[in-house]
Amino acid sequence: MFNDKTSKFLLVAGLLLILGGAFAPNWIVNQFMFGFSRALAILGLMVLWRTGLVSFGHAFYFGLGAYAVAILDIKLGVTDVFLRLIAGALVAGTAGFLVGFIMRNYRDIFFAMLNTAISMVLFGIVVKTEALGSTDGFAISMSTILGVSPETKYPLFVIITLVGMVSAILVNYYLKTTFGKLTTAIRDNEIRVEYLGFSVAHAIHLKYSISAILAGGAGALMAMSLGQVDPESMINWTVSGELVFITILSGPGNVIAPFIGSLVFEVLRTYAFELAPQAWQLIMGATFLTIIFFIPGGIWSVLEKIGGKKNDK
Amino acid sequence: MDTFLTILLDGLQFSSYLFIVSAGLTIIFGVMKILNVAHGSFYAWGAYTAAFFIGKFSDMGMPDALGFLIIIAAAVVVGVVLGFIIEQGILKYMYQRDEVLIVLATFGLFLVLEDIILIAFGTDPYFAYQPMALLAAVEIGGITRDVYGLTLIGVATLVAIGCWWLLNKTKWGTILKAVIFDREMGISMGINVPLVYTLTFIGGAILGGLGGAYIAPTISVAPGLGTEVIVLSFAVVVVGGMGSIVGAAIGSLIIGLLRAVAVHELPQVELFVVFAVMAVVLVFRPEGLFAPAKPRKI
Amino acid sequence: MRDLVKKFGAVVAANDINVDISKGEIVGIIGANGAGKTCFVNMVTGYLPPTAGSIKFEGEELVGLETRKITHAGISRSFQVSQVFHSMTVGENLMIALAIANNRALDALSLMDTPELRSKLDNVLNRYKLNAQKDITVSALAQGVRKLLDIAMAVVSKPRILLLDEPTSGISVEEKFDFMDIVMGALKEDGVTVLFVEHDMEIVARYVSRVLAFYQGEIIADMPPKKALADKKVQEFVIGKEHHKKKK
Repeated sequence: MFNDKTSKFLLVAGLLLILGGAFAPNWIVNQFMFGFSRALAILGLMVLWRTGLVSFGHAFYFGLGAYAVAILDIKLGVTDVFLRLIAGALVAGTAGFLVGFIMRNYRDIFFAMLNTAISMVLFGIVVKTEALGSTDGFAISMSTILGVSPETKYPLFVIITLVGMVSAILVNYYLKTTFGKLTTAIRDNEIRVEYLGFSVAHAIHLKYSISAILAGGAGALMAMSLGQVDPESMINWTVSGELVFITILSGPGNVIAPFIGSLVFEVLRTYAFELAPQAWQLIMGATFLTIIFFIPGGIWSVLEKIGGKKNDK
Repeated sequence: MDTFLTILLDGLQFSSYLFIVSAGLTIIFGVMKILNVAHGSFYAWGAYTAAFFIGKFSDMGMPDALGFLIIIAAAVVVGVVLGFIIEQGILKYMYQRDEVLIVLATFGLFLVLEDIILIAFGTDPYFAYQPMALLAAVEIGGITRDVYGLTLIGVATLVAIGCWWLLNKTKWGTILKAVIFDREMGISMGINVPLVYTLTFIGGAILGGLGGAYIAPTISVAPGLGTEVIVLSFAVVVVGGMGSIVGAAIGSLIIGLLRAVAVHELPQVELFVVFAVMAVVLVFRPEGLFAPAKPRKI
Repeated sequence: MRDLVKKFGAVVAANDINVDISKGEIVGIIGANGAGKTCFVNMVTGYLPPTAGSIKFEGEELVGLETRKITHAGISRSFQVSQVFHSMTVGENLMIALAIANNRALDALSLMDTPELRSKLDNVLNRYKLNAQKDITVSALAQGVRKLLDIAMAVVSKPRILLLDEPTSGISVEEKFDFMDIVMGALKEDGVTVLFVEHDMEIVARYVSRVLAFYQGEIIADMPPKKALADKKVQEFVIGKEHHKKKK
């Protein structure tokens, strides 16, 4: 059940990273934290993409997760890592579940656009509301772990890596169940799935809710890693665009892909900004086009070819 | 009463430039079935090009009235050059692919074009107020308005009439409508669809550029210009119906007036209200208010 | 089916259809293009709602039910243009069909690839002679094989009634009898009631026990094949003046 190559790799890699992180310099640990936080959201978007659906508005859930942490911090003084994470995932997940009732009947452009509209409604509200931080956002106090205030970011890194690892293993399992196999089936031929006796709407609703939970968790982790939240970098449609970019960059082939893709994105962005701040979007856009045209399977498909790794579907 | 007139005129002005931009977006979608995210770039490029040259010419001592010519020229050049390069260089190879993938490609293009603006024009804002200053101000119904802003409404009306005339009174319009209705039928009737696509895209790009170019004298042209416009024109096109010029007009009016009311009466909901309307339309009438009829295919 | 009516605006696709079908019958549905055959199938399987009338199966009303509920009730169909999962292999297509056929929602959360399912898969592959294509992606397959797959997928849910929509369309003249032999043989084993829409009169003559002839939305003949093919009205409105309607 959890015995396949992918799960084993995730376990080993996760443990190695946790060990290595203890000795790595701060800036590397930071990169991994941001990358892996985002990767959680990509995991969810990947499931949707395999179903043939692209959401241009998942910053809605990402933002909800992040702001849930901020508001809990400021209004209730909650600093515990686990409480924050669960809150973020829960708030976003509930929203996703509710929105899912409507969203599950949409496809293609309309699916993408409705998500955009909803995310921009949140953006509009937050940006114009003082109580929600408006365009400045909030700073977030350091997270505590079961009452203990850590000295460095290392413990947070460990938790993020563990969360990422567990989520990936769970999603990997999901993709091997009947529900999970329905991703590509629905994308290929919805009518047939219905005729075979399965409700496509229910399947999509489940996947959408899962993606919302993951994106919310991602937002919460990101907020904790960054130590701050603001609408421009967490709710705006450009953020949704970034998430989609990383999803395509990673490729839909395997649950490990989002983590690799997110790291690549993180590194790329840091260096691009250092070398040529004017060129970051250019690089992102050009990479996007290159992938769409020449490497539709994303980074993962390239790795597969090089390493001859087995693809656990 | 003052406030009412102010809101009305503000709304109409806002609707006007939204309409010019959205008309281009909706026509591109109607004919080519592409939701062009890069449309925001046409707007930004139009604004920057116009602002840049108005400034340059003004420095050289040229008459301010030349500004209007520059605006039109900027729109046309931006539309033709960028439109041609994008359609022939990238889009042409993607027509048979999934429509969402094409949208993603246009998003990639948007990102590229945004940065090229930074590289070409720098990060400092441009102020090309000359054409606006030239036309001075006028008193209407007790309030003072810039004449320039009023001409924007005029331009939008001209564009609307022009589009209507093109679609309904010319041979070109009939060809366009045929391709909108059914691309394959168009091909089998001998219509040069690739040419229609290229010209449509360029036309749409010119309109996008025109929206930006004409608004340039009234704002500070700075980085990030295109980002807000895109989602707003998406909202317009969704509300009005993708592919319908009439829809773009009505959509722009609704959104423009709503926003004006919000800005004056309840600023907190300014953005919220636009996207709430967009969401509501998507939920209750996804094709929009005026979507062109789709033939039922067996 | 009683008093079935279907109107698309001014076009009457079905006009007062009344027919009873008994268990185990093999019925052929014939008629010129546009006579209302596919519309009939679409209505029975819940894809199109009738304008009026009722369709009862073992006493239960089917009109108004969603497609998948009708499938659960025991009625399946195959498609004129095969509806399969083109990016997956034949084996994967059938596995999904088999997995869904269990149709309890919570089952869907368990692993799909079980030994039990695999043996069922082998069973189906054998009966439909698809073993050789098991690991080939559907998009690489010929129409004929795709149609076999399409029918096989419709059957795994063990339906009691199966509607086949033009099963031999797209199959070459030389292969059609072999094809139908495989299909009808497999179906006979399960005792399924079969209705199939066909243009090919040779196929109809060979495999059915009863013929329903459609013309302009009405049933103009309801009789055994030999009589039906000799019937004057059928000759004029379905077969045409020539003796046979030859398939490409």
